[in-house]
Amino acid sequence: MSKRIDVKDLNVYYGDFLAVEDVSINIEAKSVTAFIGPSGCGKSTFLRTLNRMHEVIPGARVEGEVLLDGDNLYGPGVDPVTVRSQIGMVFQRPNPFPTMSIRDNVLAGVKLNNKKISKGEADVLVERSLKGANLWNEVKDRLEKPGSGLSGGQQQRLCIARAIAVEPQVILMDEPCSALDPISTLAIEDLINELKDQYTVVIVTHNMQQAARVSDKTAFFNIAGTGKPGKLIEYGDTHTIFSNPVQKATEDYVSGRFG
Amino acid sequence: MTSTLTPVRSKRSALTKGQLPKYAPYAVLAAALIVGAAILALIGFNAFGWGVVSALLFAIGLVSWSAAVEGSRRAKDKLATCLVVGSFLVALLPLVSVIWTVLVNGIPGLLDPGFLTTSMNGVTGAFDNKAVEGGGPVMGGIYHAILGTVQITLLATVISVPVGLLTAIYLVEYGHDGRLAKAITFFVDVMTGIPSIVAGLFAAAFFFVVVGPGTKTGAVAAVALSVLMIPVVVRSSEEMLKIVPNELREAAYALGVRKWRTILKVVIPTAISGIASGVTLAIARVIGETAPILVTAGFATSINSNVFGGWMASLPTFIYTQILNPTSPSNPDPSSQRAWGAALVLIILVMVLNLAARLIARIFAPKTGR
Repeated sequence: MSKRIDVKDLNVYYGDFLAVEDVSINIEAKSVTAFIGPSGCGKSTFLRTLNRMHEVIPGARVEGEVLLDGDNLYGPGVDPVTVRSQIGMVFQRPNPFPTMSIRDNVLAGVKLNNKKISKGEADVLVERSLKGANLWNEVKDRLEKPGSGLSGGQQQRLCIARAIAVEPQVILMDEPCSALDPISTLAIEDLINELKDQYTVVIVTHNMQQAARVSDKTAFFNIAGTGKPGKLIEYGDTHTIFSNPVQKATEDYVSGRFG
Repeated sequence: MTSTLTPVRSKRSALTKGQLPKYAPYAVLAAALIVGAAILALIGFNAFGWGVVSALLFAIGLVSWSAAVEGSRRAKDKLATCLVVGSFLVALLPLVSVIWTVLVNGIPGLLDPGFLTTSMNGVTGAFDNKAVEGGGPVMGGIYHAILGTVQITLLATVISVPVGLLTAIYLVEYGHDGRLAKAITFFVDVMTGIPSIVAGLFAAAFFFVVVGPGTKTGAVAAVALSVLMIPVVVRSSEEMLKIVPNELREAAYALGVRKWRTILKVVIPTAISGIASGVTLAIARVIGETAPILVTAGFATSINSNVFGGWMASLPTFIYTQILNPTSPSNPDPSSQRAWGAALVLIILVMVLNLAARLIARIFAPKTGR
């Protein structure tokens, strides 16, 4: 239940502005890959191209190929909706649907697509997804309460439960812990470690310790200056990137001597 | 030992020195009222003049006393307070006056037996003459007008809400600030300013061409009212859809939900409370329109429950005709009593709709709680 992603020579544009230039990267199935780099270097933009979410912004487009187990996401006739149902996403700020209960939030991917599901199946799916997100014990007695009543960390885990309820191949996380306290962050990091048994996980983070803790491989993005495109500088095993990087820029960034 | 105790020199703390006593505004008000009455007595007393003169005296008195005791900063503060409160009272005056007048004049009509349950069918000037001379009951009622108003407004809502809501959805979700979206926004703004009589003439002329000369039915009036309603619905729904956070749309897209389903199941439910109260306020806005109904639905004295056929009464046109053409030209009092009664009912309807808007907003609002 997980697929690998291979990116070949990808350029990302907002209108005429080249935001990310010439990225080629191979992301293994059932692994955690972290994207690190300074703000504005295009990590989030690049992450969003992996499930065609960047297209939501008017004028955004890409050149190049993103292969999901060999199938090009940007091939002719590919429906972005199909892509997104296979590659789920968790956002920076927790965004549970305010009109829905905790249970309905987990079932959102099923219900919003009007798929028929029996109550028994729904109960099983809710329990499995919430357990998968380490949230079941905290909310099992109040599944009918609104999701917005949970704490920030619980909301974020609810969003992860919602993402894994549609059984995607890949889960993308865009700085999932940046709005959370250390304890909630720890809970999410533990969860990421469990998720990689079943899913391919790609995570963008500003926290280098976090990248070192959770990821198998790390990609370092950088930007030459304002208005210049972001580039993939170095990609390799997390251990190598943090202890013995090849590039000078990577070493400066991970050791905190940036600029 | 005495040096550790602060001797009580005066009742007032050093920190509150140089302030006006708490009773100062009341004292100045009482003085202003007395002096105002005295001045007015010299030139001929009337209540309105008394209020204006007293208010002026109060402001001058309080500000100058404050300037003398408290200094210029406090005095400016008092002056600003007087101006704010004064403006509030001036703004409130017409509203209170209208409600008071309508209540005083409308309650006798409303208390007439059968006022809400009968129509004006068969009520002639002879009945009114008899009511004035012999003290008999004032016959006739506004049942037909209430029925007409409800039917016309309901049909107008049924026309305007889908058109207005879909327009708002296009503008927010699909327009991308393109040329068409900008043109629509511009013309919606223009429509907001259309005089209501022009909307009525448009509907009348439209049905004249499409159906035939002299077509006057409730439906024509509903079309005229929806011309007035649509821009209000578009504007309020657009604002409500705009404040739905983009993150919710992205969350739905990331689950593999199609755009139209996202709009239908996520965006609209999140905004529904605001949309519903906006629609209710739009209804309240058009329910009192007179001119467009006069030229499109005419006026009737009997009950007409078919909105697509025949002339139809409504509360505003009922008031208009009762005042302008009393049922009994020699004794217009019963007619004006009915008109005031109808006006009271209309105001109550609008008030109920406004309360309903708040209630709807509260019921549909996203639930919070743990």
